[in-house]
Amino acid sequence: MHSNHTKNELLAISGADIDRCMKCGRCSASCPSHQAMDIRPHQFVSYAADGRVDALLECNSLWQCLSCFACIQRCPRDVKPAQLIEAARLMVIRQQGENYIDPDEIPGLLNNDVPQQLLVSAFRKYRK
Amino acid sequence: MTYSYYPGCTLKTKAKDLDHFARASAAVLGFTLEEIDEWQCCGAVYPLGTDEVVSKLPAIRVLHQAGQKNQAMVTLCSACHHVFKRVNDDMRRDVDLRRTVRNYDKELDYDGTTEVLHYMEVLQRHVGFGVLKAKVQNPLTGRKIGAYYGCMLLRPGGVMDFDDPENPTIFEDFITALGGTPVPYPYRNECCGGYISLKEAEKAGQMAGKVLESAANRGATELITACPLCLYNVSKKAAGDVPIYYFTRLLVEALDAGIDF
Repeated sequence: MHSNHTKNELLAISGADIDRCMKCGRCSASCPSHQAMDIRPHQFVSYAADGRVDALLECNSLWQCLSCFACIQRCPRDVKPAQLIEAARLMVIRQQGENYIDPDEIPGLLNNDVPQQLLVSAFRKYRK
Repeated sequence: MTYSYYPGCTLKTKAKDLDHFARASAAVLGFTLEEIDEWQCCGAVYPLGTDEVVSKLPAIRVLHQAGQKNQAMVTLCSACHHVFKRVNDDMRRDVDLRRTVRNYDKELDYDGTTEVLHYMEVLQRHVGFGVLKAKVQNPLTGRKIGAYYGCMLLRPGGVMDFDDPENPTIFEDFITALGGTPVPYPYRNECCGGYISLKEAEKAGQMAGKVLESAANRGATELITACPLCLYNVSKKAAGDVPIYYFTRLLVEALDAGIDF
């Protein structure tokens, strides 16, 4: 029951239609971060289909996806893998104490050229 | 023609040039950018989760304000443009979202009808590259310029409607209009590393490095972008070999818009 509940939540937040996936792998082939990912975009879709959501919520891929939308653009079946990854990321950071970035880290990460856009987008992706 | 104009957070701080050059060029080209009153930061990334509402409100307020003035809304930053274009699309298509937003603030009775244009689209679709070419005072003759599109202007193509997401030409046509030589290269629509450069600068550097290498291999000696984060990530890697500029810098140079470098 627990597994079904989280799978349904993941799919609802993502708006992704994973049943359309034909496992061609073009999402992972297009992904500029695939080498840094422990669960690559095409695998992410399969994990979701199998209800292995706990593994997705613990994987490092959540923090490697760049939301560059290459996988969404190039998917021949309009599955939207990046939205699935975003949904899992949101399910993690919406939990108390599970943010991926802490404001106290920021001074150590700054240099004079960092654009505000970088700080805003990182906070949006890594923290609730 | 007068447009509602949304500069966004970075154009008021680290990317002031992008803003100043665009305003100076607009004056030469004969259109007006009327800054939106009391705008808020758009959030820089489009909220992808289907149940995200609050994070879309700043964009909705701005779009509504432009709509009330019957003006199209113009942006310059790729990230802002992406957010506004997609939130606008949500508001046009999603009845439930519109109702939720209205329930929160009944003043926000907005149905996604404001036209959202990137400054480059104003140049192409309203001014026209032919007219732009005729107004060039200092043609960029002999300069080999690579357009760096990045991600957010182009994808997803169906919503962004900016250009062909895999084989865009709008920036190259812009370079040609200014008298320069556009240099297309394979990585021009690949990611620079984006927000990952805050916590993992090395990985972002690898991605920006591929973009630079791809452009240099095809003979580009300078790059242009519309995105402050692309500019940051690429220039951190470039170390002066292949400089990257905002596209509006080329515009003021070619138009002789009264700015010294």
